[in-house]
Amino acid sequence: MIRDITLGQYYASDSPIHRLDPRVKIIATLLFIIELFIVDNFIGFGICAAVLAAVIIVSRVPLSFIMRGLKPILFILFFTFALNIFMVKGEVIWEWKFLHITREGIQIAVFMAIRLVLLIIGSSMLTLTTKPLSLTDGIERLLSPLARFKFPSHEIAMMMTIALRFIPTLLEETDKIMKAQQARGADFESGGLMKRAKALIPVLVPLFVSAFRIAQDLAMAMEARCYHGGENRTRMHEMKLKTRDFVTFALEAIFLALIIIEARMF
Amino acid sequence: MSIKVTKLNHIYDKGMPTEQKALTDVSFEIADGELVGIIGHTGSGKSTLLQHLNGLLKASSGSIEIGGTDITRPGVSMVEIRKKVGLVFQYPEYQLFEVSVAKDVAYGPGNLGLSQEEIDQRVREAIALVGLDYEKVKDRSPFELSGGQKRAVAIAGVVAMKPEVLILDEPTAGLDPRAHKDILRMIREVHEKTGNITILVSHNMGDVAEMADKVMVIDGGKLVIMGTPEEVFSRGELLKSVGLDLPPITEFCNELGIKDTVLDMDTAVGKIVDLFKE
Repeated sequence: MIRDITLGQYYASDSPIHRLDPRVKIIATLLFIIELFIVDNFIGFGICAAVLAAVIIVSRVPLSFIMRGLKPILFILFFTFALNIFMVKGEVIWEWKFLHITREGIQIAVFMAIRLVLLIIGSSMLTLTTKPLSLTDGIERLLSPLARFKFPSHEIAMMMTIALRFIPTLLEETDKIMKAQQARGADFESGGLMKRAKALIPVLVPLFVSAFRIAQDLAMAMEARCYHGGENRTRMHEMKLKTRDFVTFALEAIFLALIIIEARMF
Repeated sequence: MSIKVTKLNHIYDKGMPTEQKALTDVSFEIADGELVGIIGHTGSGKSTLLQHLNGLLKASSGSIEIGGTDITRPGVSMVEIRKKVGLVFQYPEYQLFEVSVAKDVAYGPGNLGLSQEEIDQRVREAIALVGLDYEKVKDRSPFELSGGQKRAVAIAGVVAMKPEVLILDEPTAGLDPRAHKDILRMIREVHEKTGNITILVSHNMGDVAEMADKVMVIDGGKLVIMGTPEEVFSRGELLKSVGLDLPPITEFCNELGIKDTVLDMDTAVGKIVDLFKE
């Protein structure tokens, strides 16, 4: 179960999407999210879904791999769906005691569900096709104008890199500790809420200890290689926008225009 | 108690792009009271195999009989299996969590639903068995012990459950020579005192040659050879082809032109003296 979480995980491949400049991908993802909120009808979602599908096909990330990342958020999805379907007021089409479903409710629930799914798939495409390192490089560069106002863009980017980098490590560590405690007779699967919460103590304590140990080791390794913050730091790979990045920008602009026009028209 | 594994297969992430075959048709038997060494280089499937033996991983196909019960069948209680089969993971000291050594060791027996007296008794025994002074360490935090002691406490936590099969995955990894020796001596002592089946995974050919009744060699998820240490370590070429080595003492005697497979210091000394006499 722990292995199923793909959010924040990179899928190694050499597709045109993978090779795009991370800055372009970050901006495109942000625009995609904004577009999802501009859209106010199903045709608009159709366009967004088509664009996303095209990106997925070009990126060569298998659909099954992306879908696995959706599993953990199914609960939130159902929750918002249920909330919308029962809470929205309007023309009642079904009623049972205090529960009632309205036409508007269904529409908004379906609407929100599609929006959420597209939102999550869209943003996970960014992390699936961009190495954490280039992702944070991109963020750093995008935030660098703020350095003038003493904004620590490099430090924040570094913190994000490390956090992203440690998601899989900590998951693996959790898996290992859970197995070790299971071998000592721990039972995580039965009992009430309190019992289950208590059963997690033997996992959480070693996990915290491990997290601090890993953090300390990393800090030491960075110091040993003379790491210091952002100032005067040069980079091995200078980021330069290439033709394909400009083409992507152009396509993105067309896409945005289309969405805005579409939203105005209907 | 005996273990019988037949045609065991395991595939990670079946049907995913990351699908990986970790075990292929592994079959073997272990008789009661044996100490078995498993060797194989990193990624050969040793850890995967161990985790099957106490039900932490589910077999893709094949059967695993432990004391006559096939644990791959549905409906078999994994908790029962884990009572019988104790598994000590690599770097077990990272699983310590309690405020005191005694409490940490008591965690396993506590999960078995024993009486408080029985638990105390077992904790006392287990700590003594792993070579620590119960009175001295019982109230100390496990986090302030030395590396070797931490590991001993972690092993005691499994020993206290009195498993009929004790599996240790590289119990000496990352220890200094002295702690290394202590841990091995302790494993042998536990084995002799309780008469359990002990399965020891190691990268150290010398340790395996010295301690094991039988040796299993695993490579690429397949069982390459299983036999007595003499049988296995007489196949130097085979071992080298799967990225393993002979124990240093065996290699040394081979170089001297001694035909027999020598596995311990005393025999080696005898053979070398003979060689000089000739």
